[in-house]
Amino acid sequence: MSDEIDIERFARHIVLREIGGPGQQALGRAHAVLIGAGGLGAPAALYLAAAGIGRLTLIDPDTVSLDNLQRQILFRTADVGAPKAETGAKALAALNPGTAVTAVTAALDENNAQALIEGADLVLDGCDNFETRFAVNAACRALGIPLISGAVGRWDGQVALFNASPDAPCYRCWVPEVPPDAETCARVGIVGALTGVIGSLMALEAIKHICEAGEALDGRIFLLDALGLDSRTVKLAKDPACPVCGG
Amino acid sequence: MTNVRTHKEVSEAVLQLTVNGEDRSLPAGSSVSDLVSALDLDGRKIAVERNLEIVPRSQYGGTELENGDRIEIVAFVGGG
Repeated sequence: MSDEIDIERFARHIVLREIGGPGQQALGRAHAVLIGAGGLGAPAALYLAAAGIGRLTLIDPDTVSLDNLQRQILFRTADVGAPKAETGAKALAALNPGTAVTAVTAALDENNAQALIEGADLVLDGCDNFETRFAVNAACRALGIPLISGAVGRWDGQVALFNASPDAPCYRCWVPEVPPDAETCARVGIVGALTGVIGSLMALEAIKHICEAGEALDGRIFLLDALGLDSRTVKLAKDPACPVCGG
Repeated sequence: MTNVRTHKEVSEAVLQLTVNGEDRSLPAGSSVSDLVSALDLDGRKIAVERNLEIVPRSQYGGTELENGDRIEIVAFVGGG
């Protein structure tokens, strides 16, 4: 990776005072790992590749199914049946050949999480279950890697950034234990455009974090009620009894 | 001893809260734990937001609610 910038491709970034040449160079040097190439991971990956991030690692165990296409805009109808990570990597390379994309077709769990995210500057978690979210959080915390967490369900979306410093809260300060009978998008449904909003917000926070632009969503959670189109950003304190970062 | 209580005493004995946008009253001195019980919620599925701040789960019992608190019950979502 060099610090050379394609000034034509990234012209709209470069004119922004908060990004400019130095921010674009920082993006080019950054490595983000995405957990889940689904409703959230697809738009997040597309915007990060388009933004000129240097390296992206896409981790997803699944293949593309027809009912993914209602929201997972990284994929096309002809991709049905193909592995998501590899297929997504090809689409991202076509969008921006300057981003090095690594595809990992594997399920992340507590045993392999640290090995899968090691070396990343930033992890974006848009997976579809709490168990994986817990494993991602524990690994990010252990390795000191900032985590941007996005989640959706029905008409609601939630986004947070956990910076992994000792004083900061972590995902388990927010969700201390796996909620019983957790709803899945397969069972209760989800609107594709909402995953687009939340996935794009994850990419936006990643870009701000990498470029050190503005106020990060750090120690705060953004909550969106899409039906009422009502949103608010609430503070999250560290829980001294947190099983991951407390005590 | 009389059973007649002044208006002031009544208002002091009850907490007036807003919960998810609706008025709700609880006995004075109620904690966040008491609120979660009164609403019959499964605490594992929700976060309690008090005046735009999430109350850490371990602090529910020790967090006394105050008159005028704006409470939102936020259900966790985990889909992607």
